[in-house]
Amino acid sequence: MLRKLFKFHGGVKPPTNKAHSTTAPIASVPLPDRLVIPLHQSVGGHPRPLVQPGDQVFKGQRIGGADGNLSSAVHASTSGIVRDVLPAVMPHTSGLTTLSVVIEPDGEDRWGELDRINVRAATPDELRDYLRDAGVVGLGGAVFPSHLKLKPGKEGKLDTLVINGAECEPFITCDDMLMRERATDMLKGISAMRHMLQARDVLIGIEDNKPEALAAVRAAIAAAGEPGIEALAIPTRYPAGGAKQLIRVLTGIEVPHGRRSTDFGVQCFNVGTAYSIHDALEHGRPLISRVVTVAGNVDAPRNYDVLIGTPMDHVVRLAGARPDTDRYIMGGPMMGVRMPAFDVPVVKATNCILVGSPVLFPPPPPEMPCIRCGECAKACPADLAPFEMYWFSRARNFGKTQEYHLFDCIECGCCSFVCPSHIPLVDYFRFSKSEIWAREREKEAADTARERFEFKNLRQEREKQEKAEKLAAKAAATREKVAGDTATAPPGAAAAVTKPGGDDAKRALIEAAMEKARLQKAQVAPKNLDVTSPDVQAEMAAIDARRHAAREASSDPHPPAGQA
Amino acid sequence: MINSPYIRKPASVQSVMLQVLLALVPGIAAYVWFFGAGILVQLAIASVAALAGEAAMLAIRGKPKALFLTDLSAIVTAWLIALTFPPIAPWWLTVTGTLLAVVIVKQLYGGLGQNPFNPAMAAFCLMIVAYPALMSQWPAAGQLDFKTQIELIFGGARHVDAITGATPLDALRTALRSAASPDSELHGLRAAQLMDGPAFGLLGGKGGEWVAFGYLLGGLWLIQRRIITWHIPAAFCGALFATAGLLWSLRPEGFASPLFHLASGGAMLGAFFILTDPVSGATTARGKLLFAAGAAVLTYVIRAFGAYPDGIAFATLLMNILVPIIDMKTQAPVFGHKKD
Repeated sequence: MLRKLFKFHGGVKPPTNKAHSTTAPIASVPLPDRLVIPLHQSVGGHPRPLVQPGDQVFKGQRIGGADGNLSSAVHASTSGIVRDVLPAVMPHTSGLTTLSVVIEPDGEDRWGELDRINVRAATPDELRDYLRDAGVVGLGGAVFPSHLKLKPGKEGKLDTLVINGAECEPFITCDDMLMRERATDMLKGISAMRHMLQARDVLIGIEDNKPEALAAVRAAIAAAGEPGIEALAIPTRYPAGGAKQLIRVLTGIEVPHGRRSTDFGVQCFNVGTAYSIHDALEHGRPLISRVVTVAGNVDAPRNYDVLIGTPMDHVVRLAGARPDTDRYIMGGPMMGVRMPAFDVPVVKATNCILVGSPVLFPPPPPEMPCIRCGECAKACPADLAPFEMYWFSRARNFGKTQEYHLFDCIECGCCSFVCPSHIPLVDYFRFSKSEIWAREREKEAADTARERFEFKNLRQEREKQEKAEKLAAKAAATREKVAGDTATAPPGAAAAVTKPGGDDAKRALIEAAMEKARLQKAQVAPKNLDVTSPDVQAEMAAIDARRHAAREASSDPHPPAGQA
Repeated sequence: MINSPYIRKPASVQSVMLQVLLALVPGIAAYVWFFGAGILVQLAIASVAALAGEAAMLAIRGKPKALFLTDLSAIVTAWLIALTFPPIAPWWLTVTGTLLAVVIVKQLYGGLGQNPFNPAMAAFCLMIVAYPALMSQWPAAGQLDFKTQIELIFGGARHVDAITGATPLDALRTALRSAASPDSELHGLRAAQLMDGPAFGLLGGKGGEWVAFGYLLGGLWLIQRRIITWHIPAAFCGALFATAGLLWSLRPEGFASPLFHLASGGAMLGAFFILTDPVSGATTARGKLLFAAGAAVLTYVIRAFGAYPDGIAFATLLMNILVPIIDMKTQAPVFGHKKD
């Protein structure tokens, strides 16, 4: 059957640079001297450490427990001794630290007792909990906990399960190699997911520059004989591997910003995630390693099966980094993030260590003014008008940037890539987003403070009134007593008695109104903070830290020099 | 600190402008062939004036000179001025027009990318209001040799009124108007018959129509190179043809044919090179259609009922004013928010 494919607007065709790293099979990496495993590796809560310095751990032993449902467990990647549990620099541009477990491998690489599950007998909820505790997260780069996505929508079933093997970023080939070498196991993972999601069809989208992977996956499908699973070659065009773009290409459905794809009967997983799910369900092995592409400024670009926590330079050394190397980029050249150091650990989000040099990734030519040529709008896969958003970002007119759908921007980099004026458009959009987030949080804080203040006023007012009422009642009682004595009451006393009753009604009205206002405020709570990837969250944290530091520095009346 | 993306397409403002200049070459070649090499002198004068004006303003504004002088945007403005001004305009007229365009309309508004009005068209409008006679003297094809042209450009006294006349657009309009009055010897003649003179060619003015064809070729190449999109040329030509066709079909004795309008004056230059200026023009797809169609109707109205030799310049400026609101009201729905 020939399935109709759909197009997404825009996109670009950068040189793919994928040939070199696919010439050799996926290699293993010798154990490093030290593994640094960050506890927070997925979207959601920070797992708490389950080990202490000095503990002996086994391979696959859980060292970080999921913090709530929106979180995912973390495991020891090899057996050894826990040397430390401390904040260490995480693989993010900000250079911020995060609580990490440092393990000194004992060299035996011994598995601990594995937590097995009977896939056929277990209920969907049990399976989801199991996957959460096995630390399975999206390996396409977003590291969203997979168990949360393995829930069909309201109807209890899905139309289409989309499997993402597009891998549109230049240089990266980890999914390509995984499909070539592990298609059968990956397919078993897909079957399991399909069962959990009650998905009617499974569509595996693979860019047509990966014919070997496509052939391997098709052969695996034919061998498995499970109906309703189809691998499709899609046109090679960045960012065809963006979840929304791939869903669009394969099903024609456009999932709007802030909506769940399951509302539209679709769910999307990366091929690597499918493989890890199989590994967890079938063998009981938690997610402790992943395939990582090492490419760029190295002599022998290649894919490696890397233990989570391995220092990046340990892996890059195997591929032979050239002497003019000036940076590592995690991810590809379009969306990757520059690493703050060479020895940051490989984490679950590390699909590629792109080794950079000034020659390979030269600084852009000088920025020119925007000439409104519209190239960016032609290239934008979200149908945005980047040059308009740029204009408003520059002017710090953030309301207008939102009117032009700033938050629909997926930061894919197409606009910056094509801009003839060499404007770093995506940087402007990141800046605007972070400013808006900061303002929303400040506003939230201010609202809370105001509410507290208003409530205090209200309470004081009430106390005053109650006091007055008590006094009035007392006075009335006294008057009554006096009236009882004199047998004639003055006309003002009656009014004084009824007045507090009227105040009660008024107060009830005021309270009702305030409650209503509170509810309304809760409804218009910031909406841009809901769907944030770990990168974004880390970025936000970094920005907050900087802002805090700046504030402290400026409010400090005694500068350090004066104290000396 | 450089953030992603770390790679970029080899594109620059300079290469965009260079391609626009190259696309003008076929039209210029036809111009030289039919009207003589004087236009080349005008192009040179305008280019030098534009670069000088730009350099002076960049110095005053403290902007990097090398970067902005080599972006070729000033040269594009200069060439459009030279190509829309009469080829025998005195040198100081070209220089003044170019300086007005570059210094006032472009640099005083903030330089490259910041001008709300098309600099070349603003210069044309200012000059035709200030020097209506000089801006209306057009030689017919093959009428003047190069030496005479040089004398007219650099010489002092101009006694050429006898040998140079109005543009074919102007001439036909005048003829049509006089044909409409009962006591004229032309009374009752139709446009096709009035065009039976030496100044007219197959569709438009003699020679001029071939220059227009050259612009058309260059413009199509720009579309193929994805420097411009089809929207503005198509909407402009379509709307001009429709408007002219409507009035011509109603009263053929009173109006010129739609093909004449397309082949004459600055229609092709306007459709492919002037209205497509991204800085001062509309940017959304629907906006471009509205913008160009509006410019076409205004052009026709000025041509048919106004007093100026051509209407492109005024029409462009009038539509430039509307660009912000056109762009704002024609934003396309974004991903996931389309109604289909």
